[in-house]
Amino acid sequence: MKLRIKYEKTGVLRFIGHLDVMRLFQKAIRRAKLDVAYSKGFSPHQIISFAAPMPLGMTSEGEYFDGEFNTVTSTEDMMDRLNRTLPDGIKVHDIVLLNDNAKPSMAIVSASDYYIYKNEECETDIPEVLKNYIEPMMNKTSVEIIKKTKSKEVMSDIKPLIYEIKPYKEGIYMLLASGSKDNLKPELVIEALCNEADIEYNRYDYMIHRIETYMGESKALKPLSCDGKQF
Amino acid sequence: MGKLALSERILMNIEKPARYIGNEVNIVKKDIKDIDIRFAVCFPDVYEIGMSYLGIQILYDFFNRRSDTYCERVYSPWPDLDKIMREENIKLFSLETQTPISEFDWLGITIQYEMCYTNILQVIELSGIPLYAKDRKKGDTFVIGGGPCSVNPEPLADFFDMFYIGEGEVSYNEILDLYKVYKASDMTREDFLRKASCIPGVYVPSLYDVSYNEDGTVHAINPIYDDVPKTIKWQAVTDFDNVPYPMKPVVPYIRATQDRVTLEIMRGCIRGCRFCQAGMIYRPTRQKNVEMLKEYARIMLDNTGYEEISLSSLSSSDYEELDELLTFLIELRDNDHINVSLPSLRIDAFSLDVMSKVQDIKKSSLTFAAEAGTQRLRDVINKGITEENIIKGSHDAFLGGWDKVKLYFMMGLPTETDEDLLGIAELAEKISEEYFDTVPKEKRNGRVMINASSSYFVPKPFTPFQWAPMITPEEYIRRAYFVKDAFARQRNKKSLKFQYHDAEITVLEGVLARGDRRLGKVLYDVYKKGAIYDAWTEFFNMNRYKEAFDENDVDINFYVTRERADDEIFPWEHLDVGVSRRFLLNEWHNAKAGVVTPNCRQKCSGCGAAVYKGGVCFEAKN
Ligand code: SF4
Repeated sequence: MKLRIKYEKTGVLRFIGHLDVMRLFQKAIRRAKLDVAYSKGFSPHQIISFAAPMPLGMTSEGEYFDGEFNTVTSTEDMMDRLNRTLPDGIKVHDIVLLNDNAKPSMAIVSASDYYIYKNEECETDIPEVLKNYIEPMMNKTSVEIIKKTKSKEVMSDIKPLIYEIKPYKEGIYMLLASGSKDNLKPELVIEALCNEADIEYNRYDYMIHRIETYMGESKALKPLSCDGKQF
Repeated sequence: MGKLALSERILMNIEKPARYIGNEVNIVKKDIKDIDIRFAVCFPDVYEIGMSYLGIQILYDFFNRRSDTYCERVYSPWPDLDKIMREENIKLFSLETQTPISEFDWLGITIQYEMCYTNILQVIELSGIPLYAKDRKKGDTFVIGGGPCSVNPEPLADFFDMFYIGEGEVSYNEILDLYKVYKASDMTREDFLRKASCIPGVYVPSLYDVSYNEDGTVHAINPIYDDVPKTIKWQAVTDFDNVPYPMKPVVPYIRATQDRVTLEIMRGCIRGCRFCQAGMIYRPTRQKNVEMLKEYARIMLDNTGYEEISLSSLSSSDYEELDELLTFLIELRDNDHINVSLPSLRIDAFSLDVMSKVQDIKKSSLTFAAEAGTQRLRDVINKGITEENIIKGSHDAFLGGWDKVKLYFMMGLPTETDEDLLGIAELAEKISEEYFDTVPKEKRNGRVMINASSSYFVPKPFTPFQWAPMITPEEYIRRAYFVKDAFARQRNKKSLKFQYHDAEITVLEGVLARGDRRLGKVLYDVYKKGAIYDAWTEFFNMNRYKEAFDENDVDINFYVTRERADDEIFPWEHLDVGVSRRFLLNEWHNAKAGVVTPNCRQKCSGCGAAVYKGGVCFEAKN
């Protein structure tokens, strides 16, 4: 049986990397005594896979992974057992039994939305400043930025990958393309806004929080958990 | 979740910030309001190494069983953070509550290898504690050291208030109880240290005076007060079954070097290899009950969620209930998907059978710690493995499908000749020939690989070789090339490989291992020249040491290449680890005569460790 598990990663655990979160869950699943399926061979491992890698430093309440289980109890029971053994900062919010035709989460991620807000340690509230530059930037025909890949730097127009961007609460809300096909990091959008505002870009001047991870076409996005049902 | 000691800006600018955030699974949380004693335990190396070390987990658990004490952990900051902390004047902090170490009552540092000495200075200084013990006042943190290197802590004597000599589980409670009295009264720091020096196992270096002969050797070591004991006795646990064990070890987020449950099955070793310090100082050999170990294994796996388990001991094959324990581990593997990582076992039919069940034969290799190339030299070092054992073991393994063999050697052992060195290459060659004789052509897939590697022998205190000279690095390199050439001349040379360890770092290990108090100044100067993480080749810089030795007029050959006279007083003469000087000297003479000493189960040699009244010395002997 395939389950999709939605969780949050907040607080100081924003400093642990993607692979570490994976290992954390493998251990938590064992401590919670969930009946997860194992691969065959000399070093068997749990059959679980994560939807989207999450960079160090970012928090999120919309992370997902899929897991294959031999037996399951109920959404409530499994959530409860996991949450009792998970450390502060990681919490399971939902578990759904995937539909038979559901594809692996990794393959279907198409967008994510983020909330960008002030880093309390900084004197100036950079997101507050940048708010005023959203409109001028989005009114342009293209938003060019240098994208760094492993081997080279290329100029690229990120405007088509910004599905939505607006002032929100104390900071900025943005809905961006995400996943294996098109992917836009929120950091790049902030960098573009800094260019627009002609201020120096610095990753530590603001915080990023992922709100949700989506699947489907950009016009009809659905959270990844819509691929199954609670049980 | 409290606030972190480091800012977002710093954490996002350094490698692996998870090293510094604490909050791991199974950490102990206590309310500081209920606490009398704050104790920081430190492994002076990077987090991933320190977290893998069982001893810290044992002490962490041990201290936190006391309701009046809160023990937290601290490790060496990596050089990237070290630099930032110095530039921005940030004090080193504990992981659990992110509190500066200078606010703790105690900083306990485990000293596992000589090349971490500069990291010890780093930890003390970054903590904001005066580097020299003599500069600390009432209210300052006490710095206490323990672990195997504390059997000769003399090079570090200036930086520690005290050392704990022995296994931590024995006398620490007494020290902390006395400390509470000190803290609550107007007892002076000096008075406390003097009283503490009477607790078994406590060594307060400042209470001993060392005088030297004209030739530089030690003349005498004497306590400066009458009520301070003349010798400090190593503390060993005798009731090994009932000693507390950490059932809820802290589980790191980032991958530690040992990312698994470790089950300590036995302490000490019956074998008596003459080069091995652990084999001497952890005498007598004590075993844990197998039923209890099974229960421990289950509880620890449940508490941590680890998917792997390994055994800890100096020589697992000598654990008397090993068959039963391994059968249990194989069951765990088959029923609970637990990977079993086996410690190096003596290679025989039984161990090969077990290994074939828990590891992929094609990917794994067999390990023989031959240590020396000829039987003559193996007799000198009292290594009870014969060429026949190795060839037979390899034969069985080749039949079982293995085709990779690892061989460990040491070069520079006392009495070693070129013939012994040739023996290294010849032994490797014989094993490869055994492969071609054993495995028919059609069954060979790929090539048999014999990987031999050699380290540079370092004589250690409290071993029969504490009197022995170490060879010079030039001679070591000559021998290494000699062996390399010999490998190149073997018939099956394409299946053989020979590697050897770095010479410079090992020489320093040799200086510090048998060093005295005069090296304290050298360590200080080396550290001030910027040395930290000397155990890491990428950070180690021999020139800093060379300069410091020169500036302090220290001739390293005095410590390294000099053979000690039978009656020389060692810098560690005032410490007593149970095994007697008489026994060790006898063993040194036996070594030079090539006379083998039986192991503890064959025949007791009266080494002195029976004073602990436990373990193998009192097992029923037939
Ligand atoms: S006293 Fe005898 S049995 Fe005990 S450790 Fe020493 S040699 Fe071994």
